[in-house]
Amino acid sequence: MNVDLKVTPDKYLPHRYAGASGDFNPIHIDREFATQVGLPSTILHGLWSMAQVARACVDAAGGDPRSLRRLSVQFRGMGFPEQEIAVTGSVKEERDGVVVIAAEAEQGGNKIIKNAEAELSPQ
Amino acid sequence: MPVKTESIGRAYPPVEYEVGKEKIGEYARAVGEESAVYFDRDAAKEAGFRDVVAPPMFAVVYSWGAVALPALDPDVDLNFAMLVHGGQEFTWGEPVCSGDTISTAASVKDIHEKGGMGFYVFETVSTNQDGDEVARGLWTNIVRGVS
Repeated sequence: MNVDLKVTPDKYLPHRYAGASGDFNPIHIDREFATQVGLPSTILHGLWSMAQVARACVDAAGGDPRSLRRLSVQFRGMGFPEQEIAVTGSVKEERDGVVVIAAEAEQGGNKIIKNAEAELSPQ
Repeated sequence: MPVKTESIGRAYPPVEYEVGKEKIGEYARAVGEESAVYFDRDAAKEAGFRDVVAPPMFAVVYSWGAVALPALDPDVDLNFAMLVHGGQEFTWGEPVCSGDTISTAASVKDIHEKGGMGFYVFETVSTNQDGDEVARGLWTNIVRGVS
């Protein structure tokens, strides 16, 4: 079982995710605000990036959302719109029908999610 | 300024969230989900769900109101200007479907200081209308420059 997903968030994705999630922190949607607080531009929501890891794991397990039992991640570098993100992962161990996956998400050479660990029980 | 630790262990009142089909669809589209079980009632039922099912990470939507309580508690004293989301964990139970009412209770699991940074860990426990646990979350916030 290999985790492998590529996704390029478009320019307006953080606005749609803000509406969908309720997280309207201006660092994600207001370029002027973001640059005033020292960021190079607006940045992606970390929880959106985590959702890409979740989606990649569910896909790898066959697509049933019930197969994802646990997911933990560490957020590291910042993610940006309009650049491709690659989620990769592989099986770390298998015990009692539970597959433990080690994964990460990377964008332009920067790891934006590190040390992700998922527990899957394929349905 | 050192971290304030008196709120460790504090529990907050549960916050209810009613799950709707269109909200699940809006969230699913925003995170790039395409499976019909997130959008189509018949497809979801055929797959064995009670109704249109929420993607696992929809947990952030129904937990949001509850986790705001410790985050905004003056005794926790989170410095939002220096805040980064350091880590996140969810453990899932019963699937969440359209029509469910999810109740989420948050608590302060830990606050500590390490290497000039403050670590604030909040826990959320979410249950559905039948009392089944649907998700448990650990939210780690890091505040730079605390000491």
